[in-house]
Amino acid sequence: MHPVRKRRLLVVVFIVVVSSIGIGLATYALRQNMNLFYTPSQVVAGTVPEDVRIRVGGMVVRDSVMRAAGSLGVSFRLTDGNGELLVHYTGILPDLFAEGQAAVAAGYLRSGPALEADQVLAKHDENYTPPEVVDAMKTGHAARAAREADAQGSSTP
Amino acid sequence: MARKWQWFHRLGSPPGFYRASGYWLPWLAVAAALLLGVGLVWGLVYAPPDARQGNSFRIIYIHVPVSFLALAGYYVMAAAGAVHLIWRMKLADMVMTAAAPLGAALTFLALWSGAVWGKPTWGTYWVWDARITSMLVLLFLYLGMVALRLGFSNREAAGRACAVLALVGTVNIPIIYKSVDWWYSLHQPATIRLTAAPSMHPDMFKPLLVMIVGFYVFYALVLILNTRAEILARERRTGWVRDLAAGRNQR
Repeated sequence: MHPVRKRRLLVVVFIVVVSSIGIGLATYALRQNMNLFYTPSQVVAGTVPEDVRIRVGGMVVRDSVMRAAGSLGVSFRLTDGNGELLVHYTGILPDLFAEGQAAVAAGYLRSGPALEADQVLAKHDENYTPPEVVDAMKTGHAARAAREADAQGSSTP
Repeated sequence: MARKWQWFHRLGSPPGFYRASGYWLPWLAVAAALLLGVGLVWGLVYAPPDARQGNSFRIIYIHVPVSFLALAGYYVMAAAGAVHLIWRMKLADMVMTAAAPLGAALTFLALWSGAVWGKPTWGTYWVWDARITSMLVLLFLYLGMVALRLGFSNREAAGRACAVLALVGTVNIPIIYKSVDWWYSLHQPATIRLTAAPSMHPDMFKPLLVMIVGFYVFYALVLILNTRAEILARERRTGWVRDLAAGRNQR
């Protein structure tokens, strides 16, 4: 390669490498701020700032959704496997909000601790499945459970 | 040595590229129309709905391909910028110029289709999570490329400044791609990965694959058309363009 072009190539590599290192270090320093939400276990551990609006994300615990009679009030618990956080919210939940699915709630922490949410967002996962396949999987699970129950029943008559 | 590279130098000269690309255009146009037509009908009509999202998941057939091309197009632009910086190749500067507004349009479509999908799915049009914010930065980088070029009266200086901006901006592309893995975000992780099977039913995935290939062909077509327009605009005072305009040339 011509020495002039070689020098220019080195300049190009230098630009890319130096800007990558610079921006990489900046994003590394800001890594906590890059997260959209805190996890319930971070809230339980007390590492979350108080009196500021925060977001908490996790899976909605099964059988934890309680709806208030006569109002739009709803409460549910979010979990990340290590900790649980109670969330109170008044308003319409997104269509994809469901027990056993991920959600992100934004609001202020109250003593308890509980989150007084003013916004609840549903988080969708990366899996896409047709309804027939989901139904087939459900009936498959049910059939296997029934078979196992039968096997247990016959072994202990 | 000299003979081996002759075809490259011919293709690398603006008139050589203009003539050669004229032969590619009809093929690319037919392939893009076929792939996008088949992919759209397959994806929007025949693919099964999603169990949880229903029909709103179908925005994936637009959102994912335009997002792919918005990222890939930036690498095309940055590679053209590097070639221009190192070899001072005029055609590379023209490709870089042509890629900027195209990439901006694709990035805007990705953000817009994501917002339209986000409202019924997440419950909000916009959230400042890492994926969406870094994608907005990409839009500003593309628009910055257009603006920076307009800010120079000297074409040589404009080309070099734009190439440097394009190269610096490449840092953003892996950040966009990995943002959903590195940080907690509302945006879901990637469905299509190089290292694993797609987490999507094959009946839904096949039309998406057709759409992605179709958008790549469409991108090549529009990039070549943009580059040809740029060639004509810059070389309008040269003999070969005058001949072309007067119909004194075969193509």
